[in-house]
Amino acid sequence: MQFLGVELDKYEFRALLTAMVVMTIFIFSMLYVVGARRSDVPQCVNFDKSYLTPRVDKIDDSTYEVYMVAQMWGFQPDEIRIPVGSTVDFYLTSKDVVHGFYIDGKDVNMMAEYGNVTKRTAKFNTAGVYKIFCHEYCGVGHQNMEARIIVGFPSNQQ
Amino acid sequence: MKISRWLRNVILTELFIPITLLIVGIYHGLMQTVYRAGLIHQSSFAGLDYYQGLTLHGVINALVLTTFFAVAFGHATVAYFLKVEPRKQPTKISMWLMIAGTAMASWAMFAGKADVLYTFYPPLKAHPLFYLGLAVMIVGSWIPLFDWIGLLKSWRASHVGEKVPLAVWGTVINFIIWFTCTLSVAYEVLFMLLPWSLGWKATVNVALARTLFWFFGHALVYFWLLPAYVMYYSFLPKLAGGKLYSDLVGRITFAIFLIFSIPVGVHHQFSDPSIEPNTKLTQSLLTFGVALPSFLTAFTMFATLEYAGRKNGGKGLFGWIGRLPFFDSSRYLFSYFICGLILFIFGGFTGIVNASYELNAVVHNTAFLPGHFHMTVAGPVILAMLGMSVHLVSQLKGKKIFAPALNTIVPYLWMIGVFIFSAGLMWGGLQGEPRRTNLGLSYLNPKSDLFHPQWVPDTLLTLCGGFIMFLAAVFFFIVFFGTFFRKQTQQADQLEFPVSEALHDEKIIPLFNDLRPWVILMILIILIAYIPAILDVFRFAGPGAPPHLPGSPVPGL
Ligand code: HEM
Ligand SMILES: [Cu+2]
Ligand SMILES: [Cu+2]
Repeated sequence: MQFLGVELDKYEFRALLTAMVVMTIFIFSMLYVVGARRSDVPQCVNFDKSYLTPRVDKIDDSTYEVYMVAQMWGFQPDEIRIPVGSTVDFYLTSKDVVHGFYIDGKDVNMMAEYGNVTKRTAKFNTAGVYKIFCHEYCGVGHQNMEARIIVGFPSNQQ
Repeated sequence: MKISRWLRNVILTELFIPITLLIVGIYHGLMQTVYRAGLIHQSSFAGLDYYQGLTLHGVINALVLTTFFAVAFGHATVAYFLKVEPRKQPTKISMWLMIAGTAMASWAMFAGKADVLYTFYPPLKAHPLFYLGLAVMIVGSWIPLFDWIGLLKSWRASHVGEKVPLAVWGTVINFIIWFTCTLSVAYEVLFMLLPWSLGWKATVNVALARTLFWFFGHALVYFWLLPAYVMYYSFLPKLAGGKLYSDLVGRITFAIFLIFSIPVGVHHQFSDPSIEPNTKLTQSLLTFGVALPSFLTAFTMFATLEYAGRKNGGKGLFGWIGRLPFFDSSRYLFSYFICGLILFIFGGFTGIVNASYELNAVVHNTAFLPGHFHMTVAGPVILAMLGMSVHLVSQLKGKKIFAPALNTIVPYLWMIGVFIFSAGLMWGGLQGEPRRTNLGLSYLNPKSDLFHPQWVPDTLLTLCGGFIMFLAAVFFFIVFFGTFFRKQTQQADQLEFPVSEALHDEKIIPLFNDLRPWVILMILIILIAYIPAILDVFRFAGPGAPPHLPGSPVPGL
């Protein structure tokens, strides 16, 4: 086997070929997930001061917008109640240092940064309590940052 | 080969200082597993805070030790293979800058004024001397590159028609990567963070700082790895009793690292705001380009080992494996290298998981990540560094290895420890366990409202692995310091390496004997990958952030 004018060992050539094929499969499966399945990844949003006001907006019975603000050492809002089957747009920013935002069991994984906003959509089809952890070190109280999303259990007031 | 006294002393100093500091790094590694398993529910132990210790662990193990070692080993490699010593003046200046920088940063960390972890993401703010120290250390590590390039030029002029020694090809490439990638972090530290931490600038652009950091941060991991690769290609075949399967593959491998190491840093920012999905996807794809040389290396190493095993008399499909010198204390470097290679198989595959744009969302910043990279940086990287340090000390000081049998089993014990440790962390990570967190205070504390019992088994497994790693490290320190301080019995100032021949020693290809075209290609790919990232950051990012100390939600210096 000739390569760049050099005699290449046949086993070596096969290894090279295998590596290329494996790589191509990896790359195409990745593109498939992004494209065909429209997998959700964090989206860019232009910063605006209004994102610093934490709130939950109900658009209709199954569509919500959550404006989440991370700060040393808690999330606002820290408890969100939504019905089963809801689709939620999360907008995330930080009031101070960098924080993490990870919804356990939902693969929603974002960084909260001062002066920046991230958006990610998630659908909640199963009832339960979903914990949100801060997974970036954010100072002495980092290990206490937790919030929860409660799906399918309305509180008494509602 | 005999080397000058002054060069010997520089190399020994650049090994002794970081390995002494490593005692602290290793101690706190064990402590991290203890806190995380919920054995103690405290913010600090024996005067050292969890996050202060974690900063020391990351900075010492991953920045200081690796940089000092790469420089020391680089001097040894260049001197040995080109048969000329580096110039005295710049070599000493480089050493003193690195020592001064390390001293400044260490003071800030030990004084508890820099609990910001080794990534020092703003707006968490450290003491200005922490930033200055890191910058000075990095600048110190740049100097040798320019000296070595000069030596290589004159070598080429007097060796027309000869291939640049593979080890030198790898070493110089590694330092070109290092110089290029550290430019961005030097800019971040000197022009953004330092004036800001001194109060001369009110705010800092967080997204830009992170992007500049990761321009450096991923190439950093190859800067750790390439000295180990130099050893694998140049020494492992000889130690195994065979020859390097192919010399050309080694050269291709290093060249691919040169062009793809840097333009992939955004894969650490898949979860970040203000970088467009397309920019992220591009760099994710480029990351697969940089996995290629490791595939090539895996094949070449196994082919090399099989060749050696058969030459040693091994028969049958797997019979050759038993004929490798696993427990030969006179060839202990083989043990260090082979354990690193085995760990790296798993480090590599988990790395591919992290690098995949969508899969990354499952694991980003969970305990999966330290699970992955202890099989790389605390695998092939540290094992190659530790083994080679013992080798260099014994030769340069003319000492026999202290406790040679112990020395031979250290890497095996370490490997077993890392496997158990990483399995625990990755298991935890897949259940959402966060990294960089003193779990013992909240999630692993039955008295806390946040108690999360699902993470009990995996953190205990991590603790077991961490303890075995710690034990292996203690044995290593006994061997290293025992060798360093025992009586001299052999000729000192010697520098010898187990240099391998190549089985397929392909004829010279000009493209793989000249770095210039590769450097140009590197710059081009970096521009293509990074211009969009920087533009995104400026397009989306809002106001800059004022500084915060780790202890207070109120901004302030
Ligand atoms: C006894 C051996 C070791 C143990 C038990 C150990 C344990 C740990 C643990 C548990 C963490 C995660 C802490 C957290 O995220 O909260 C960690 C992080 C880390 N370790 Fe190790 N480690 C050891 C050796 C090493 C070595 C030899 C290196 C590198 C040469 C290394 C490099 C790192 C780095 C870079 C981090 C990340 C720090 C950060 O997230 O800021 N470790 N280690
Ligand atoms: Cu946090
Ligand atoms: Cu990386």
